[in-house]
Amino acid sequence: MTVPIEQGFVLVALLWAIGLVGLLSRKNTFFMLMSMEIMLNAGALAFILAGSLWQQADGQVIYILILSIAAAEVGLGLALLIRLRQHYGDLDIDKLDEMKG
Amino acid sequence: MNMQDLLFLVPLLPLVSSIILLLLAGRLSPMLVAVFGVGSMALAAILTLLIGIEFIRMGGDPFQQVLFNWLPIAGASLNFGLHLDQLSLVMMGVITGVGWMIHWYAAAYMFNDKDVQRFFVYMNLFVFAMLMLVLGDSLVLLYLGWEGVGLCSFLLIGFWQHKADNVVAAKKAFIVTRVGDTAMMIGLLILFSEFGSLHITTIVDSTLEVSQSNLWLACLLLVGGAVGKSAQLPLQTWLPDAMAGPTPVSALIHAATMVTAGVYLIARMHPLFLQVEGILTLVAWIGALTLVLAGIAALAQTDIKRILAYSTMSQIGYMFLGLGALAFDGAIFHLMTHAFFKALLFLTAGSIILKMHHQQDIFKMGGLFKSLPLTSTFLLIGLLALVAFPGSSGFFSKEAILAATYKAHTAGPTLWWIGVLGAFLTSLYSFRLLFIVCFGPANHDLKEPDYKPSSQLVVPLLPLVTLAVIGGFISLDFSLVFGPAHHPNIPLWIEWMPVAASLVGFILAWVLYFPRKAMQANDGLISHFCRDGLGFDWLYEQIFTKPLQLFARINKSDVIDHFYHFVGWFNFSLNEILVVSQNGKLRWYLFGTLAGCALMLGGLLWWR
Repeated sequence: MTVPIEQGFVLVALLWAIGLVGLLSRKNTFFMLMSMEIMLNAGALAFILAGSLWQQADGQVIYILILSIAAAEVGLGLALLIRLRQHYGDLDIDKLDEMKG
Repeated sequence: MNMQDLLFLVPLLPLVSSIILLLLAGRLSPMLVAVFGVGSMALAAILTLLIGIEFIRMGGDPFQQVLFNWLPIAGASLNFGLHLDQLSLVMMGVITGVGWMIHWYAAAYMFNDKDVQRFFVYMNLFVFAMLMLVLGDSLVLLYLGWEGVGLCSFLLIGFWQHKADNVVAAKKAFIVTRVGDTAMMIGLLILFSEFGSLHITTIVDSTLEVSQSNLWLACLLLVGGAVGKSAQLPLQTWLPDAMAGPTPVSALIHAATMVTAGVYLIARMHPLFLQVEGILTLVAWIGALTLVLAGIAALAQTDIKRILAYSTMSQIGYMFLGLGALAFDGAIFHLMTHAFFKALLFLTAGSIILKMHHQQDIFKMGGLFKSLPLTSTFLLIGLLALVAFPGSSGFFSKEAILAATYKAHTAGPTLWWIGVLGAFLTSLYSFRLLFIVCFGPANHDLKEPDYKPSSQLVVPLLPLVTLAVIGGFISLDFSLVFGPAHHPNIPLWIEWMPVAASLVGFILAWVLYFPRKAMQANDGLISHFCRDGLGFDWLYEQIFTKPLQLFARINKSDVIDHFYHFVGWFNFSLNEILVVSQNGKLRWYLFGTLAGCALMLGGLLWWR
């Protein structure tokens, strides 16, 4: 059975919205990073869907690219989180507000 | 070796001495300071004498000495060169000769002043600048000296700077002469644009066709400069106040040399003045008016130095009258004799002031012939030369000017009568000074007759006394500068009229001022008006100072600045508003970014 393309895009929108809400509502930086990953994957899924709709391989190419960037980003993000944790002993984003005008 | 090749040493000696004294400030004893300050002048004077002898022996041909390339500009390269001719030789002789005597006297006069070294730094620097003024071969070099003497004049008037009055007088002298200097600067620039050069000989001998109106304007501006420096109408107000300086300064700068720079300038540039209509008549009228007004003002003064200052203005008025009447040689002749007798008068006044413990009011003196016989005799000799007593030096020079005035087509009998009136006034104020100071009852506490004044204060006066008496017999030859001298054929009564006027002045002074009882200064309204220099100070205050002060008061908070303050205020306010958004909350930023995206996206969809 084939999934209608509209349902696919609804899933993309849902995933993106879930990620966004998580990003905005979470105080823990670790969960913010995870929410960001969800948003990123929503975007990647949109590329796959578009590729299958137009029968083009470009969508999958971009998916591979996004996946590798996401891996690198998570690596960096986790390293940052560890340093933050060591330095401040906390990951509450509302307490990390030293950089202000 | 040729003596003339040593010409550059004459200005160099005072300069070197000035620099040495400046660098060794506070390390030399007063004796050594005097040795440097006076010694350099003595050497310069002797050198001038030797050069002068050689110069006359060689026939008086102009001599050029280019020292180095000063301002290498493409097309109009300017050399640092000296130019010696009959005119500059006389000026150089007066500056170094009279200057030497005044320096010598000043060394004794200022010996106990704690700043004697600074004094001689300025004095020697002044002599250097003055020599550059008369020896410079280009108008730029002349202007260098012109500003140099102005600076030294400023520094020396305000020499005792701990007294506020002296500082005010120095500033006044500087600012008022600056008006003239600026005019002269503009004049020089016009000359440069017309002739393409500022080399004096080039300009004077130029055969270029130049625009008459520009030339007229340039000459007028040069007269403006001369008027400022020489304290003539309408820029004369600074000279009486300049008497705040030490008395030798008044003798050197404000009587013998600097104030005559204007006369030198016009004499030096006279071929230009001859090319334009009317300008020399203007010069003659300026001189004539100044000599009468200054003579009237001198009559009302009570300060001995201010009397002499007004007298100097009046005598320079005679020189201007001579220049205007084409008697350039007469004017320079009078410049020379005036330097002799006015320096003598100022220095004797200095001796009297020292003895009176810095009392300068003539009504507080009196009877000095008994208590200071030698100084009073010198004063009498100086005053006789000033009133042109027949046979004295002033007689010959003033006669030369007045005789030329009567016949000259640029002057004429009216100006001659004004000159005669001036002779009458000169005699009146001179004998008023003499009678009040030297005769009558003594009004001071100096009871013991002083027959043995300090020799250092007397010896320098002896050459000046001699020259004040016989200086008129020095025959000056200006034939290569001003053309062959011509003696106008005038009736005998015209020659003797000034003498008669002086005699009338003497008799009137005898009647009015010979002290039969204790004298008092006249305190009437007219006396006050004359004492304050005939209201010129008041007039300039109303015309220039008051409006400027009013404007300054209005603009105290700087009207234009308000605009810039607004720009600053606007930016600071904006900054304060935006700083609120920079709160460091990451989620707040995120929300901002998203809201922005949503807005843009929404807008994009909406407007399609």
